[in-house]
Amino acid sequence: MAAAPPPLKDELDIVIPTIRNLDFLEMWRPFFEQYHLIIVQDGDPSKTISVPQGFDYELYNRNDINRILGPKASCISFKDSACRCFGYMVSKKKYIFTIDDDCFVAKDPTGKQINALEQHIKNLLCPSTPLFFNTLYDPFREGADFVRGYPFSLREGVPTAVSHGLWMNIPDYDAPTQLVKPRERNTRYVDAVLTIPKGTLFPMCGMNLAFDRDLIGPAMYFGLMGDGQPIGRYDDMWAGWCIKVICDHLGLGVKTGLPYIWHSKASNPFVNLKKEYKGIFWQEEIIPFFQSATLSKESTTVQKCYVELSKQVKETLGKVDPYFVKLADAMETWIQAWDDLNPAKAN
Amino acid sequence: MSQVIIKDDEVDIVIGALQSDLTSFMEEWRPFFSRFHLIIVQDPDLKGDLKIPEGFNLNLYTKSDIDRVVGPVSNSISFSGYSCRHFGYLMSRKKYIITVDDDCTPARDTNNKITDAVSQHIINLTTPATPFFFNTLYDPYVDGSDFVRGYPFSLRTGVECGLSCGLWLNLADLDAPTQALKPELRNSRYVDMVLTVPARTMLPVSGINIGFNSELVGPALMPAFRLAKEGKLRWETVEDIWSGMCVKVVCDHLKIGVKSGVPYVWRQERGNAVESLKKEWEGVKLMEDVVPFFQGLRLSEGAVTAEDCVGEIASKVKEVLGGNDPMFARAAETMVEWIKLWKRVRAAE
Repeated sequence: MAAAPPPLKDELDIVIPTIRNLDFLEMWRPFFEQYHLIIVQDGDPSKTISVPQGFDYELYNRNDINRILGPKASCISFKDSACRCFGYMVSKKKYIFTIDDDCFVAKDPTGKQINALEQHIKNLLCPSTPLFFNTLYDPFREGADFVRGYPFSLREGVPTAVSHGLWMNIPDYDAPTQLVKPRERNTRYVDAVLTIPKGTLFPMCGMNLAFDRDLIGPAMYFGLMGDGQPIGRYDDMWAGWCIKVICDHLGLGVKTGLPYIWHSKASNPFVNLKKEYKGIFWQEEIIPFFQSATLSKESTTVQKCYVELSKQVKETLGKVDPYFVKLADAMETWIQAWDDLNPAKAN
Repeated sequence: MSQVIIKDDEVDIVIGALQSDLTSFMEEWRPFFSRFHLIIVQDPDLKGDLKIPEGFNLNLYTKSDIDRVVGPVSNSISFSGYSCRHFGYLMSRKKYIITVDDDCTPARDTNNKITDAVSQHIINLTTPATPFFFNTLYDPYVDGSDFVRGYPFSLRTGVECGLSCGLWLNLADLDAPTQALKPELRNSRYVDMVLTVPARTMLPVSGINIGFNSELVGPALMPAFRLAKEGKLRWETVEDIWSGMCVKVVCDHLKIGVKSGVPYVWRQERGNAVESLKKEWEGVKLMEDVVPFFQGLRLSEGAVTAEDCVGEIASKVKEVLGGNDPMFARAAETMVEWIKLWKRVRAAE
């Protein structure tokens, strides 16, 4: 029996940041082997990262990033997995799935292996419902629907820009929580996908994430983290707040829930605390900023929205710390680099 | 995390009886109901005596009680059909009220274990809600879960929960067109979580399986907006949807939370979706028009109780929607009458 080709085989790139090795790909082979990979190698570029046989990939290290972007490479973080967003920029595909190299295949409650990529694709290919909460969660899933009282005029939904997956085993906790609960593991399989309502922010984790590059790609900048920066482990958070404001403005949806992956490695909480420390305080100013951020109706593309947002970041958050002035500039540099590498298609 | 200690004398279970023989319903729920005081209200249109098994601590109210307490106002407020339970809310003096439709029984989870819907509602109501920022691991207060990285620390104390909306296995609360289109569709997916519905996000609150903090939001659950032929089937009801939108506006304004998710109940088959589809509901179309109204509704700072909030909502309904259709003007009047009744009954103590 001939199997159907994997969905979106030629329209999706898998972006993986790594500093050590890609052994984890062996477990994912049945689900990933037919897709193209973009490996972003962080850290020492003279080190060779071996990729398991049989995968079709392109690999970029720091030298490549510097060569391709020239001075604009300053916006891409070094010594932090935030560098993965270079992979988003350099991809030529419509969809991106990104996963960390310590994330493995999880099992559902029946013991079956979860094809996380397949679920992300399902999430992205069916609409979101940010304007009214459906109590049975994603109404487009098999076995579900809109409940009584859900406005008929809102049942078409909006295009889905982002699919945010979750993690069994080591949960994505911050350093203080990790220190207080070192033994806590996520063992609860919650069989739901749902749309995060319009006007609501969330903490976006980059470990198991997929998105539509055409719809939201330019806003997926993972910020300035790691080497030479005062903060770390806020890369995906920063991108998540930016994309949510922009998705809300442009009428796009963000989903969270399935699929689960198995997160195997707990990073050192003391190291994490040092990285997150400033973020924990800055967060208290950043959140109200994003909650009240509004974009003008002239901002009709993602790039315009993002540049407008970067100006607001500079003006408002720049008062909190000069880091944000640097970050705002980097946001603009990112957009310029994105547009250089992704010239607008002729109609 | 924290242990929730349920004080039995803080809870009333209110049941609206739309069928005469409650025996099997009560027996199925006995393990979970028997600790608590029950208020059973007989649908005033249902003739004859109810059949209720022994061994429960309960008060039964019938049409004559409704007429006695409510008096001539019962011309504008209807307690018929599903609305009869609101009389139970009116008569209750407890802090927490749990209510379940009389065609629902306890559900089983994915391990085939029977779940205690009453306890779960109480847990939902007595642990904080987090409406200002979405936690991707859902309820952070349940054992084995917590706030995720990136969740602002200042928002981790949460706020009080005013309303707990449960769900349904088997016959989900779908509207008639949906169920008629998919007659085989049954909900078999047990989603093991509860979450806080974010502030300023509207949702359809189904009256089938809910719990609420009567001290905080009691007056906002009211039989105010009814279809002309609002019937004895959920497919023909909008009263809970209207009331639910009011409750959400009240909660958002008072910075109280609304949760949705577990517990599930098992909902039995009753009625025929296609038959319900044949009836005319001018009200269902009207509901489409009210969504933008509720989404944009903001109350004044002076409204500090649920009663105040409902009063303000009623005048805005009259002002903004009253001209669109007489049903809205009537709903606004009923809301005002309801609040007067609520206050009167409580003052009479």
